[in-house]
Amino acid sequence: MLLLPELSILFFSIVCLFFSVSKNKTGVAAFAKIWSLCTFFLAALCVTNIGELFSGAYKIDLFSQILKLLISLGLCLVVLMLGKNKEIEESFLPEYYMFFGFSTLGLMMLVSSVELISIVISLEISSYSLYAIVPLRKGQTRVQIEASMKYLFFGAISTGVMVFGMSYIYGLAHSTFLSDILAAFPQFISKPIGVLALILTLSGFFFKLSLFPFHFWAPDIYEGASNNTTTFIATIPKVAATALLIRIGMLAMPVESSQIVTIMIVLAAFSMTLGNLVGLVQKDIKRLLAYSGIAHAGYLMLGILSMSTEGNASALFYITIYLFMNLACFYVIILMSKKGENVSINDLAGLSKRSPLLALLLAVAAFSLAGIPPTGGFTGKLFLLTSAFRSGHLAIVIIGAVNTVISIFFYLNLVRMSYSKEAVSIEPIKLSLSEKILCYLFIFLILYMGILPYGLLEIFKIAV
Amino acid sequence: MNMEQYLMMNHLDFPVLSTTIFLPLIGAIIVLLMRNDSAIKITSLITSIITFLVSIFLFTNFNPETHLFQLGEFIPWIPAYNVNYILGVDGITIFLILLTTMLAPICILCSWTAIKERIKEFMFCILLMQTAMIGVFCSLDFILFYIFWEMMLIPMYLLIAVWGGPNKDYASIKFFIYTLFGSVFLLVAIIAIYLTNGTFNIPEAMFKGYSFTFQFWVFIAFALAFAIKVPMFPFHTWLPAAHTEAPTAGSIFLASVLLKMGTYGFMRFCLPIAPEASVYMAPYMIALSVIGIIYGGFVCLSQTDMKKLIAYSSVAHMGFVTLGIFSFTLFGFQGALLQMLNHGITTGALFFCVGVIYERTHSREIYVNAGLGKIMPVYVGFFGLFSLSAFAFPGTNNFVGEIYVLIGIFSQSKWAGFLAVVGAVLAAAYMLKLLKQIVWGRTDQSAIKDMNVREIIGLLPLVLFVLWVGLYPRPFVYVMEKTMTNLFNQLQSILH
Repeated sequence: MLLLPELSILFFSIVCLFFSVSKNKTGVAAFAKIWSLCTFFLAALCVTNIGELFSGAYKIDLFSQILKLLISLGLCLVVLMLGKNKEIEESFLPEYYMFFGFSTLGLMMLVSSVELISIVISLEISSYSLYAIVPLRKGQTRVQIEASMKYLFFGAISTGVMVFGMSYIYGLAHSTFLSDILAAFPQFISKPIGVLALILTLSGFFFKLSLFPFHFWAPDIYEGASNNTTTFIATIPKVAATALLIRIGMLAMPVESSQIVTIMIVLAAFSMTLGNLVGLVQKDIKRLLAYSGIAHAGYLMLGILSMSTEGNASALFYITIYLFMNLACFYVIILMSKKGENVSINDLAGLSKRSPLLALLLAVAAFSLAGIPPTGGFTGKLFLLTSAFRSGHLAIVIIGAVNTVISIFFYLNLVRMSYSKEAVSIEPIKLSLSEKILCYLFIFLILYMGILPYGLLEIFKIAV
Repeated sequence: MNMEQYLMMNHLDFPVLSTTIFLPLIGAIIVLLMRNDSAIKITSLITSIITFLVSIFLFTNFNPETHLFQLGEFIPWIPAYNVNYILGVDGITIFLILLTTMLAPICILCSWTAIKERIKEFMFCILLMQTAMIGVFCSLDFILFYIFWEMMLIPMYLLIAVWGGPNKDYASIKFFIYTLFGSVFLLVAIIAIYLTNGTFNIPEAMFKGYSFTFQFWVFIAFALAFAIKVPMFPFHTWLPAAHTEAPTAGSIFLASVLLKMGTYGFMRFCLPIAPEASVYMAPYMIALSVIGIIYGGFVCLSQTDMKKLIAYSSVAHMGFVTLGIFSFTLFGFQGALLQMLNHGITTGALFFCVGVIYERTHSREIYVNAGLGKIMPVYVGFFGLFSLSAFAFPGTNNFVGEIYVLIGIFSQSKWAGFLAVVGAVLAAAYMLKLLKQIVWGRTDQSAIKDMNVREIIGLLPLVLFVLWVGLYPRPFVYVMEKTMTNLFNQLQSILH
């Protein structure tokens, strides 16, 4: 059963589809929670599977299986975080889950794809589902429509650019299989058209990752989409996009391609600096997290542009911790917003009195995003900087280090608001037991990855 | 390099260093689970006292006859990156650890009634700070060191931002960003050293004969981080802000331990890892130190806020420490370490005194608190002693340290020595001015009560050390002698 995780998530979506046409829709949330957990366990069972399907276009190895595990864990957490649904009309809920399922399916397929056509198809399966759920929000206004249109247009354009680049690659390498393409790599990589083709192709993933200059969609979509949708968009597609960048990097590693690396360094530097500088002036936490995501995409590139096993493993490690710390931040937003509205930074005032646990979770996640020890964010950043430094890219390491200082200002602002500002409303936020457990789980995961990164890092190293 | 060459493993039945580091953390977690305020205070006090006793035990098992790191512990941590959990103490750190563990109960005592809200979180922060600070001094691995080094920022930030004075927002953020700015370059330098050596081990990185360019850049990166922490002259602006706004316990930790980390860093990292670059940069560092001493002295003369005055006097005092380090003489090194301890004791005590009076009059203005001589005789007695100590009156601890430093620096540069003496005279001027106002000023303060038993108990150990170091410094010098001589000899053999 090589395709067990994919089949399981397909089953998830189809059952949700049935829920959506039936009259009684009450059970869908419970089903989604249980079955996403099941999928996670099935993916865990399948971690050691190895095989190839569809005449080599679909590769199942430790790398893809670990990422499927990570993606299903992400879905599982997102579904659990949905908890008391406050943001989506009840009647749309089954479809909402269904699109989550389809998008996850696309992402799972993406991490296994090693052929251009299947990459495009998987990417589109995941994107189209997201286009559909961006405008779903209670009390829908023009903001949501605008966000979804923007997402659709930017998505379509980036796909177009990507396919355009792929056509060049096909023209140069006469094959759509990554392994064949990379075998022909040395012949065209030093030519301008080869560099152009590769960068255009990668831009599809840069878009998902919201790397500069493909970042324009992020702030508006984060702000416009409902908190839960944003949680999904901000985390899981980025995992898959990173995975594919690593996959390409893994195959391209033996080839010396300094132009591509230089371009990536420039993109990473701009992405970090722009994300952090614009992040300084944000008032809405989701917008802030969007810019923080742009900056983090830049950090992530440090691992990929080192073009080494170590670099790839550290990028994988970083995206894992990024998943957890971002989910943690969004969970605070979800629990704080009473009716599913956006939360501004000023709303955080007095959070530590209203709910000490949420304030602690936010502090841990913010310090982790900023990269302060002993959180996972620090360990991840350390690995990234080390691997980029080892590959001789000192300039980007220093830019990354300076950016950490810039970014601390707005992350610290989150902590400052929740701890040292007096509350506007002193109404305490009541958390149910399951919500508390999830909060503690996030805190544990972030600290665990900071203090004991060893086991995970070894597994990632074997995987890449 | 073989580990036996620099580290003697722990021969005791239990890991004494890990116990010292993590006892406060365990106490902090217990405190977090408690509800009753007075129980929380008592638990944290007991935790810190037990930690102090453990550190005394650590001291009794410390062997001053060797310069090696001792009581070592080793656990592989992230083998893929050769990161290990290595601990060890030597003649430099043993005192700094003792200073930290001794000040923690004092900090808790001085906040007993001063902190009225969120006591649980406050004690949690204090204990967490303690863990991080001891950890910094014990770590023999760069990553471990860096983690403790940065971890310190979070509780310190919260101490200022939550329990601080009216301007706490500005002060706390300035403190955090300033310190972090230095630290990121430290991290880059650490990575550079790791890529050269293949290990994050600190002793293995020392005296390796790196190329001068490498040493130079490593020195610059380290020196930036440490100079901000000390703080040396152009990087000092965060200090008065942070000190004035921090609660008393925060100020004590900040002045007595956090500032020492900068000078400790110079001694532990800059000199052994980049010896040639250190010598090359020494004139500049000496110049900055002297400027710091003189500038600090003049700024102190014009202060009307007691805490600000003591904060700026820290800039001047820490100037003596860096002066001693960069004199590259044995006397200078010993004097620098002694001065680190003395400054920790004296300035900690002075901040304690300011805290005592602030609790009574809710003001730190010198002229509001003037004329306490008749109403608070005990307080004025303590305050007088510590003020004398602060300007290095013979017979007090600072006198010994400054003499050592001055002997060291005079043998290197007459001008620097002369200017440092001028700074010492300035210190007498501003401290006596402060003392005069506090004791003989003309405000009517009859409603104020003198110090209570809790406060006296808090200050007594500090009085003991002021006089002990002042009158009989030999035991202290003896313990640090071997380590310092070794450092000095190693440097000499490399430079000649």
